[in-house]
Amino acid sequence: MGVEGIGARVARKEDKRFLTGKGRYTDDMSVPGMKYAIFVRSPYAHAKIRSIDATAAKAMPGVIGVLDGKQLLADGIGNLICGWMIHSKDGSPMKMGAWRPLAHETVRYVGDAVAIVVADSVAEAKDAAEAVVVDYEELPVVTDATKALEQGQPQLHPEAPNNLIFDWQIGDPAATDKAIAAAAHVTEITIHNNRLSPNPMEPRATLGIYDGGDDHYTCYTTSQNPHVARLVMSAFYNVAPENKLRVIAPDVGGGFGSKIYIYPEEIVCLWASKRTGVPVKWTSDRTEAFLTDAHGRDHLSKVKMAFDANNRIIGLKVDTVANLGAYMSLFSSAVPTYLYATLLSGQYDIPAIHANVRTVYTNTAPVDAYRGAGRPEATYLLERTMETAARELGVSPAELRRVNFIRSFPHQTPVIMNYDAGDYDASLDAAMKAADWNGFAARKAEAARRGMKRGIGMSCYIEACGIAPSAAVGSLGAGVGLWESAEVRVNAVGTIEVLTGSHSHGQGHETTFAQLVADRFGVPIDSVNIVHGDTDKVQMGMGTYGSRSGAVGMSAVVKALDKVEAKAKKIAAHLMEADESDIVIENGELKVAGTDKSVPWFQMALSAYTAHNLPPGMEPGLKEGAFYDPANFTFPAGCYICEVEVDPETGVTKIIQFVAADDFGNIINPMIVEGQVHGGLAQGIGQALLEGVHYDPGNGQLLTASYMDYAMPRADDLPSFTVSTSNTPCPSNPLGIKGCGEAGAIGSPPALINAITDAIGNNRLTMPATPQKVWAAAHAAN
Amino acid sequence: MAKITMTVNGRQVSGQCDDRTLLVHFIRENLGLTGTHVGCDTSQCGACVVHMDGRSIKSCSTLAAQAAGADITTIEGLAANGELHPVQAAFKANHGLQCGFCTPGMVMTAVDMIRRHGGQLDEATVRAELEGNICRCTGYHNIVKSILAAAAEMGGARVAAE
Repeated sequence: MGVEGIGARVARKEDKRFLTGKGRYTDDMSVPGMKYAIFVRSPYAHAKIRSIDATAAKAMPGVIGVLDGKQLLADGIGNLICGWMIHSKDGSPMKMGAWRPLAHETVRYVGDAVAIVVADSVAEAKDAAEAVVVDYEELPVVTDATKALEQGQPQLHPEAPNNLIFDWQIGDPAATDKAIAAAAHVTEITIHNNRLSPNPMEPRATLGIYDGGDDHYTCYTTSQNPHVARLVMSAFYNVAPENKLRVIAPDVGGGFGSKIYIYPEEIVCLWASKRTGVPVKWTSDRTEAFLTDAHGRDHLSKVKMAFDANNRIIGLKVDTVANLGAYMSLFSSAVPTYLYATLLSGQYDIPAIHANVRTVYTNTAPVDAYRGAGRPEATYLLERTMETAARELGVSPAELRRVNFIRSFPHQTPVIMNYDAGDYDASLDAAMKAADWNGFAARKAEAARRGMKRGIGMSCYIEACGIAPSAAVGSLGAGVGLWESAEVRVNAVGTIEVLTGSHSHGQGHETTFAQLVADRFGVPIDSVNIVHGDTDKVQMGMGTYGSRSGAVGMSAVVKALDKVEAKAKKIAAHLMEADESDIVIENGELKVAGTDKSVPWFQMALSAYTAHNLPPGMEPGLKEGAFYDPANFTFPAGCYICEVEVDPETGVTKIIQFVAADDFGNIINPMIVEGQVHGGLAQGIGQALLEGVHYDPGNGQLLTASYMDYAMPRADDLPSFTVSTSNTPCPSNPLGIKGCGEAGAIGSPPALINAITDAIGNNRLTMPATPQKVWAAAHAAN
Repeated sequence: MAKITMTVNGRQVSGQCDDRTLLVHFIRENLGLTGTHVGCDTSQCGACVVHMDGRSIKSCSTLAAQAAGADITTIEGLAANGELHPVQAAFKANHGLQCGFCTPGMVMTAVDMIRRHGGQLDEATVRAELEGNICRCTGYHNIVKSILAAAAEMGGARVAAE
């Protein structure tokens, strides 16, 4: 592999700038004449706007302009869209209500933007925003999705009667019902997946710059996919044609899904820059982030799992209600459908599955993909159900899983997915060994002598990454293709630039993508630069989410490297008067195999550009591009084990150990992969133990709108983790990569809740398992 | 408006700002030192930690005027002569950062933590003392490892020097 090639634990190239304060995030950007924006936001969860009076605000010191939704509408700026069409089981298309970037008739959640104030300073803009008088007529509110479906509840959008967006199903209802009717045992459980706020540490920000000289727009933004932002803003929002709009996502401080979407603020700041004639920068504060960043999860599901007399699963029936909030965010419809119900087979051979999903409007922030996006919901549901079933059937949780594992591949599930490779016994064995599962009984007895309740729980997850063949997702309703692009430019001195449509916001692409090049050509990674995040530099890309940068983004780089390698070998063969099939590339040299003849890499590159002595008919230069469209999803899988101690006096849960055994296929940089797992585990543990978005059901006010109220995991809430990997290479991409970005957040919540419920001897417990809830459950009858 | 003079990263600086201006905004906007970050509004996240007269403080809950005459060190002032500070080097060697946004605050907090404990740190102490710094990327695993590694090296270096 070489010291810097594939598989090497290389320290990150990008670290120096972050460690010395030289990172360049959107809020760090400053251009001449730049002014500052503050949004006037609705204090009500549901209200009619009678009027907006900005007269006083416009007269305040430093104010450049105050603009509202009627002006935005008059200028032809379009509605925000949901980019994935889902049809209900009756064949009708999803019922999408209008989402205006600035509301001018109705506000539907606390934080809905109604006007923008542009001023010389943030403080002056804030002062003026306070002076904008909006006359609201309050309307009744509903925040709970199940309640919103009932008769007589407040109606959010006229397009969606009873707030129902779609009523969708997957699988075979008749076969599943038949299996349940014939079962030796049926486990029934209700599963709540709590609503979360993604909380990347960098709040969202945008800088909109209109250049009247060229009628050109530049948008700096905190985006995971700047090219998609440009496409959507051009094609749907009518901000500017693509050739007149440059989108730059510079250093981005975490995303976790919440920075996939195109939010109102980007659109409005670009428009306001043209309207006011000044560059306009907006930076979210943390409260705005809690109010307006897309939330995640918020599912309520009823589950029936049917077993035969040999404890084999013969059917699974799921009925889910998913809260999508006040508006349909960009990929909100895909999350509780094709990213969720298609994973309900888990690691198990289940002959019949039926899932029904109803999605619902409520007076809450829009809900969309958050780290894992549908797969955490599927995994939590399945693995809580498996644990419950094991307890009911009186078998060990490991045995119940082993009885049902899929062991032959490819495996077609009843819910679309075709698993290509895996070894679920290997990760279960590795996790049980690392956790000393067999020694648990003694540890439990020892804890009991101290008056503590010790519990252990496992979770065997599977997920789908590398989304996905474009034709396949297109047939399922996706509005975009999900390929990736790359370009490899070899400079005349032999240094290399790799342009990629993937976007790094913590994942370390500047290092791992360079490792691919070092591995291929034997050049140092310091001679390789990764270029990303700028639509003027990289032609097109689909961005980073769904753990797709390795499986899809790097595969595009590999395809481009193949082309560069082929041309480089032709040039070298010509220079050395050898046959190109005899050329090998090693340690930065092109050699004629079996001889001492060689040409240094830089000399070959220089020859490509001097073009004095190239093979007849060859174009000068050395630059190749490629698009890669995956052949299948990838299927990372693994087993997580959590051991806890609960203090029965206080209900406080202490995590004693957390073990993760993952199969990510081949790995480019184990250090970075481990870091991704650690971070995912922390977010999953946060969901299970600490985090939860709460709205007041009466008035729709967000009660968890700061770090004083929303419990982010802190260092002393978490243990150090024990992580390991096994490897069944992914057969569908050239690198054999599956993806590692989300696994930790997907697999960990059920392991933790299974451990706590094991400790307290009561299976009725919802996330987050706060001390109050755990204490109550520990002291209640099961 | 107030005119404020202080020493930042060894250099005397002056600037005009509103009386209500926070130190973090003075550092970022007036001085253009954008390594110090703002991640929340409630002094919880610690992305804004700098050193004032040698001790770590949250620059989001300090007025610029309160820092008049003080000696401030920001993340930009930590590396000397182009060499990473041992804490910065340990974060790099141990993958103690991902997106980099909380990193300046984490590093400044860690430097002060190691100084106060004289290099004698254990995992429980490091985790307890990171209470005021939130990271969403790393799960803290490698941050804790980085700080312990730096403490060991700096403690060791101190012993060697004595």
